Amino acid sequence: MSELFVNAMGDTGNPPEPVTSESSKPRSNPDRNYPDRPDTVYLYGTCLVDLLQPQAGLDALKLLEREGINVVFAEQQTCCGQPAYTSGYDDEAREVALMQMQAMPEDWPVIVLSGSCGGMMHHHYPKMFTGLPEQQQAQAFAERVFEFTEFLVHVLGYQPEDQGEPETVAVHTSCAARREMNVHHTGWALVDALRNVKRVVHDHEFECCGFGGSFCVRYPDISGAMVNDKVTAITDTRADRLISADYGCLMNINGALEFQQHKIRGEHLASYLWERTTGEKHV
Amino acid sequence: MSERIPLHNLSFKERVDRDLNDPALRHNFREAMDFLMDKRKGRFTDDHQLQLLRDRGSSIRKRALSKLPDLLEQLESKLRENGIRVHWAETPEEANSIVLDIARHHGAKTMIKGKSMVSEETELNEFLEHNGVEAIEADMGEFILQLAEDKPSHIVMPAIHKTKEDIARLFEQNLDDCEYTEDVDTLIQSARKELRRRFHAADIGLTGVNFMVAETGSLVLVENEGNGRMATTVPKVHIAMTGIEKVIERLDDLPPLLTLLTNSATGQPVTTYVNMISSPRKQDEDGPEEVHLVLLDNGRTIPYADEEMRQTLQCIRCAACMNHCPVYTRLGGHAYGTTYPGPIGSILSPHLLGLEETKDLPSASSLCGACGEVCPVRIPIPDLLRRLRHEGVRKLKKDEAPVIRGHGAKYTHTEKAAWLSWSKLYSSPAMYRTFALSATLLRGLTPSKMKGWTDYRTSPKPAKKSLHSLVKQYRKQQDQYSEKQAGDKG
Repeated sequence: MSELFVNAMGDTGNPPEPVTSESSKPRSNPDRNYPDRPDTVYLYGTCLVDLLQPQAGLDALKLLEREGINVVFAEQQTCCGQPAYTSGYDDEAREVALMQMQAMPEDWPVIVLSGSCGGMMHHHYPKMFTGLPEQQQAQAFAERVFEFTEFLVHVLGYQPEDQGEPETVAVHTSCAARREMNVHHTGWALVDALRNVKRVVHDHEFECCGFGGSFCVRYPDISGAMVNDKVTAITDTRADRLISADYGCLMNINGALEFQQHKIRGEHLASYLWERTTGEKHV
Repeated sequence: MSERIPLHNLSFKERVDRDLNDPALRHNFREAMDFLMDKRKGRFTDDHQLQLLRDRGSSIRKRALSKLPDLLEQLESKLRENGIRVHWAETPEEANSIVLDIARHHGAKTMIKGKSMVSEETELNEFLEHNGVEAIEADMGEFILQLAEDKPSHIVMPAIHKTKEDIARLFEQNLDDCEYTEDVDTLIQSARKELRRRFHAADIGLTGVNFMVAETGSLVLVENEGNGRMATTVPKVHIAMTGIEKVIERLDDLPPLLTLLTNSATGQPVTTYVNMISSPRKQDEDGPEEVHLVLLDNGRTIPYADEEMRQTLQCIRCAACMNHCPVYTRLGGHAYGTTYPGPIGSILSPHLLGLEETKDLPSASSLCGACGEVCPVRIPIPDLLRRLRHEGVRKLKKDEAPVIRGHGAKYTHTEKAAWLSWSKLYSSPAMYRTFALSATLLRGLTPSKMKGWTDYRTSPKPAKKSLHSLVKQYRKQQDQYSEKQAGDKG
C-alpha cells in the first residue's frame, strides 16, 4: 500500500502513520472533542427503548449514577425525529427535533442510548436547521450529543468489573453507530473489558440487519432477506447471548429470531453491563 | 438465465420480487460481491492512507466540477488542436445521431465496441442496428450479453449474473467451432478468436472514456482485456463517447484517480491497459485516421445546478458502492431497471430519467451508509438518497426553480397526513405520554399481524411500563429511601 500511496499522492502525501488494525482498542475519535467528566448529564432513552425495552434505559441510568454522575431524564423527551427525516418529511422532523432541544436546554452532555438516534442528533440536526433561526442552537446541541458507549469509554474511562459466569457473546453494531458515529470500537471495548466474556464475530458482521426505519415496511421482502441472513449469521456462532447498543436493530433481529423460533434474544448493552457488574439479571 | 432481460413493463416491486426469489441469482451475487469486497480490502490495508487518498480524489473531482464550463471549453480547444473532433449532444437521441452520421460519412457497416456505459444509456446498439449498422460488443462481458440479448447487471462486471454454464451453452449455440465446455480459459479463447476476426473487419471502433484531461486534451481509458486498445487502434475511425462530467483539470490529477478507481473497482493496483489517446495517427504511426469525441449531457446539468446534488457527478464509476450494498447484493442489477444500478444508480438515474420513472429507487435503501463509506471520491450517497426522498414527497413552492424533474412524484395525501399527525404527537410531550401510557396499558391488544413486518418477524409488543414511568417510579423509591435514612438517623 505504501508504494501505491506514494505514487498516487505524488510529493504532497504526508508520511504514512503506523498501521492500526481492526481491534477493540478504543481509538480516539478524530471527529469529536470529548469533554472532561461532567457532574450532570441528560439521558436520552429514545422512543423505541421508551416503549419496548425501558429496562435498558433504567439500567443505563443506574450505571451512570453508580459512576457518580447526576442523571437527568427530561420528561419532555419523545423521539429524535429520524423516521420523518429519513422519509423525506423535513418540516415534520424539524418540529419534533425542536421539541427535543427544548426539552434539554442546559449545557450538559446528552447521552443517547442508540448510535442511530445519536447520529441523527449529532450529524443531521445542524444540517436540518441550516439557514434557519435555530441553526446555532442545533449546532450547539449537536456538539453535546454522545452515544452511550463512547461516553462511557472516552469521557468516563469506564472499566466494568465483571461478576458473571463465563459466556460467549455476539455483538451487533448498528450501521449509524459504525459509520456515522464511529463508535463500534467503544461498544466492542466494553464487551471485551468483561473478563469472563468472549466476544465472537459473526459472518458479514459489518452488514446492515435490514431495519432501516420505514425501509423495512416499504420493502418488506428486501428487508426480510437481510434480517434472515443476519439471524443465520448470528445463530451460526452459537453464542450464548446477543448484544447491541441499538434497540432499533434489536427490535428487527429479535422479531425475526422469535419468528424463526430461535431461543436467543438480543439485549441492550446497557442492561448487559448492569447485569454483568451486579449479577442482577432481568427475566 | 438468458431470458433475464429487464422488463420495463414490470414495476420495481415486481422486479424485486422476481429477482429476490431466484436462489441462483442471490448466490451468484453474494459470492461475486464478497470477492470484490475482499479484493478491495486487500489493497487498502492502511485506513489512514486510504482516507487521505479519498480526500485527494474528492477534492480533484470537486475542483473539476466547480470549473466544469471552463474545463469543457479548454478540453474542446485542446482536443481540436490535437486533431480530435468534438461533438456535443444534449439528449441520447442526439448522441446516437452523431454516431450514425459519422458511420454514414465513412460508409461504415460494422462497428466494434469497447465497454461504454454511456452507449448503454443511449441504447446505441439498438439504434444503429435499426439504421443498418452492426455494432459488436468486444468487452467479454458485453459480448456475452449481446449474444444472450441481455443487459448489464453491474457497471464494471456487466455479465456477473451469468454462470459458467450459461456462457458455455451460449457459446456452443452462437460461435463457430465452439463445443460445450465449462473450462473458462477455453471459453475465453473461443470468444477472443471470434472477436479478433471482427476487429479486423470493423469500419469503426467505439469506446467509453474514464477521464478526459483538459490540460493536455487526452482521453483516458482503462481496461484489462485489450479490447479498448484494439478498438481505438485497429479500425480507421475511433469514436469515444462519454458524459460531460468526466473531465479533470490536469494530468497531475490523473494518478490518484486511477489508483482509487482500479483499487476500488477490482482491487487491482493498475489495469492491464491504460490507454491515453491524444490524437489520431500521425505520419508513420499506427492508429485511427480520425478520432471523434461525443459528449453527452442527458440531464447531467440538472444536478449540476444544485450544490448538494452536484456531488453525484463526482462519480468515477468504480462500482464499489454496488459491491458493498446489502440491497444490491440481494437483488442484482436488473431489478433496478436502469442503466446504472445500485446506490450510485439510485442517485443518478432520477436526474437522467426524472423522478416519475425512478421514484422508488431512493427509498429502496436502509441508509446503512456502506456505499458512502467506500466511495473513493466521498460522494455522500446516503445523504443524496435522503434528499431525493425529500424532493419526491414535496411540492414546489410558487416561483421556485425545480432541482429535478418530477418533484413530488411520490407524494400522497395519506402519507403526508400520517407524518403530520406523527409530528404533532411527537412534538407534544403531553400527548406523547398519553399515547405511551395507552400503548403500554393496552399491550395485550398489539396486533399480531402488521403489514410487511410480520411476514418475517413477530410483532413488537410494548413493555408493561414506559421508561418515562419506570424512571418516575425509581426516583420515588430513591426519595423514600433517603427520607427513611434521614428519619432513621434523626
